[in-house]
Amino acid sequence: MNLKPETLSKIDEVITHYPTKRSATLPLLHLIQEDVGHLPPDTSEWVAAKLELQPINVLEVITFYPMFRQKPIGRRHIKVCRTLSCALLGGYKTCAAFEKEFHTHLGEVSPDGEVTVDFVECLASCGTAPVVMIDDELHEKVDCAKAKQLSDQIKAEAKKR
Amino acid sequence: MIAPAKPDLVTVNIDGQEIAVPKGTNVIEAARLVNVDVPHYCYHPKLSVVGNCRMCLIEMGMPAVDPATKAPIMDPATGKQKINWIPRPQIGCGTNVSPGLHVKTTSPMVKDAREGVMEFLLINHPLDCPICDQAGECKLQEQATGYGRGYSRFVEQKNVKPKRTQLGPRVTLDDERCILCSRCIRFSKEIAQDDVLGFVDRGSYSTLTCYPGKKLENNYSLNTVDICPVGALTSTDFRFKMRVWFLKQTNAIDTESSVGANTLVWSREGTIYRITPRRNDEVNDTWLADSARVLYKAVKAADRLAATETIEVLVARAAALFKSTPGAIAVVGSARSTVEEQFFTRHLATALKASAQLVSRVGQGDKLLISADRNPNVRGALVTGLIKTLPAQQLTDLAAQIDAGKIKVVVAINEDLAAAGLTAAQLAKVSIVYLGAHANATSAAAKVVFPTLTVFEKSGTYVNQQFRIQKTLKAVPAAAGATDDLVVLAQLVAAAGGAALPAELGLLWKVIAAEVPALATMTFANLPETGLVLDATPYAALPFVEGETLHYKPAQPAVAAATA
Ligand code: SF4
Ligand code: FES
Ligand code: FES
Repeated sequence: MNLKPETLSKIDEVITHYPTKRSATLPLLHLIQEDVGHLPPDTSEWVAAKLELQPINVLEVITFYPMFRQKPIGRRHIKVCRTLSCALLGGYKTCAAFEKEFHTHLGEVSPDGEVTVDFVECLASCGTAPVVMIDDELHEKVDCAKAKQLSDQIKAEAKKR
Repeated sequence: MIAPAKPDLVTVNIDGQEIAVPKGTNVIEAARLVNVDVPHYCYHPKLSVVGNCRMCLIEMGMPAVDPATKAPIMDPATGKQKINWIPRPQIGCGTNVSPGLHVKTTSPMVKDAREGVMEFLLINHPLDCPICDQAGECKLQEQATGYGRGYSRFVEQKNVKPKRTQLGPRVTLDDERCILCSRCIRFSKEIAQDDVLGFVDRGSYSTLTCYPGKKLENNYSLNTVDICPVGALTSTDFRFKMRVWFLKQTNAIDTESSVGANTLVWSREGTIYRITPRRNDEVNDTWLADSARVLYKAVKAADRLAATETIEVLVARAAALFKSTPGAIAVVGSARSTVEEQFFTRHLATALKASAQLVSRVGQGDKLLISADRNPNVRGALVTGLIKTLPAQQLTDLAAQIDAGKIKVVVAINEDLAAAGLTAAQLAKVSIVYLGAHANATSAAAKVVFPTLTVFEKSGTYVNQQFRIQKTLKAVPAAAGATDDLVVLAQLVAAAGGAALPAELGLLWKVIAAEVPALATMTFANLPETGLVLDATPYAALPFVEGETLHYKPAQPAVAAATA
């Protein structure tokens, strides 16, 4: 496991927040995912050794939460809401628009490596449906036109690199 | 209020029956005591309580008291204290008794709850009982019959999961049948101390799995098969061999060490198919080592000895040897023999005016059900007076006496003299009379060979490390050409000029009771299934090799360590 020194010090720090080491499992997984982008295969063993657990205990946690990713994703993570309000106001179309723009399928890395599109549960902004989160940023009322606009923006930024 | 009968007992009422049970008992166990079955899957008496299957739902209530005065509220209709029933079902496994607790296990609410739980458990279940090994001993099958609704309302697609995962060398998993009770996970973690099993992809697709790259291969892995309430975990050895309802069960003892774990031997028409644990809360709880479960293979082993002559001829030949060399005979008995055989061995040694010695076997104890002493019955030899001190691993004295020409005939019972340190030259120098079930260097060198029985073909007793005398019973008939050890020994004693001894256990135990003070009050027939603990004080000074195992702590670890 190749973690940045900052991540390692954050990990050691966060363990001290809990009365039992085991409780630090979730924060550790978040920190590793932030650092690496996903949870590489040796995560369970690394975290288990750190927290004096068995690897299976960590694997159970990783596989329980859909937000923990066991495979790399694109440079940006596009999360389109699929729950009721968004679905009623065109969330499915928005999602399809993103897939089309980047020639990709749900959960996969787009061929250009720029994005991974996921169809997720309620993003807690039902009043401005359909909503989309691109990494940590919330975009409201994303219809197909706005999806195209956001995609163009991402592609333009990619070109600049 | 109902007053507790004793300070540590609480009186509860289950389906109208009152019973006093120890504090800390849960509702499932309390109900068991009044013969009320509370169906359950995840609860196991020897594992932690997790309450995840919800099969054990019951209705419960507490006697009503006035909140202000704490005075009991009486029900005018019955004249008894009113019961406040909780309007929702509770789990029986996670509910410990409290004074006055009332439980209903047959009410409509409980019936509904059970039907509901069964329906959900069966939603994704493949219902492949006709090809399932667990059929006949499956809790799901039993409880579907007892408490299920009898028809399915499920029209959707069932989940598809891995059908035959090898969790380890001895255990095969069918994930579709798993009802996610987590018993196997808790066993591995809490008892076997090998936490490799777990649920991944929790949710509709929860799957029991072994951590990728690891194996369920500890020497207790097959206990997960025993406790799996359904057919998800199966024994790779026993899988698809035999329907369990065809098998006869015989109580026996695990002879691989001095723990003396209690076992059940499952056989049909003279063939043994499997060995499983038999519960004994003072010895092995409900567990058994994997290594104990393959011992039956010795019965049909290729190296079984079979007699080519009648026993009379063989006895006559042994008698001739005994006569030709009075005073130069040694007897090597066995700590693997039963108490009864050891008693006969002592008689034989006395009649031959020979000294008897045993061979010790020492290994690493596993702190659970295999002790350091790999002989099942060293203490039996002490109790019957066959030996006074603990045996050694090598027969050094005997070797010296043979070299010096002082010993001319050796009677070896169930012990390979070569394995105990005698050289081929020494074996060639003496005339050997051998009793044993399997061929070895000693039987090959012997002048007279009596093919005898494995533990599965005979009845008898063993004294384990706790000085608990326990019974093992004959599961299958004797192999062709083999004779019961007791019959052979009785004839040898007679040939050596000793007293006539009965080889039939009932009669024999009268003789044993009369001659062995420690066993004076015992008979074979009334020895309890869980054994009887004998007085160990006469042997307190002996440096036994055992370390701590389940339900056993060595009396003087300091002494044992010092002499080790
Ligand atoms: S395999 Fe058997 S014991 Fe293990 S969780 Fe599934 S049903 Fe329970
Ligand atoms: S339903 Fe989409 S944000 Fe709540
Ligand atoms: S036995 Fe009580 S919840 Fe499973």
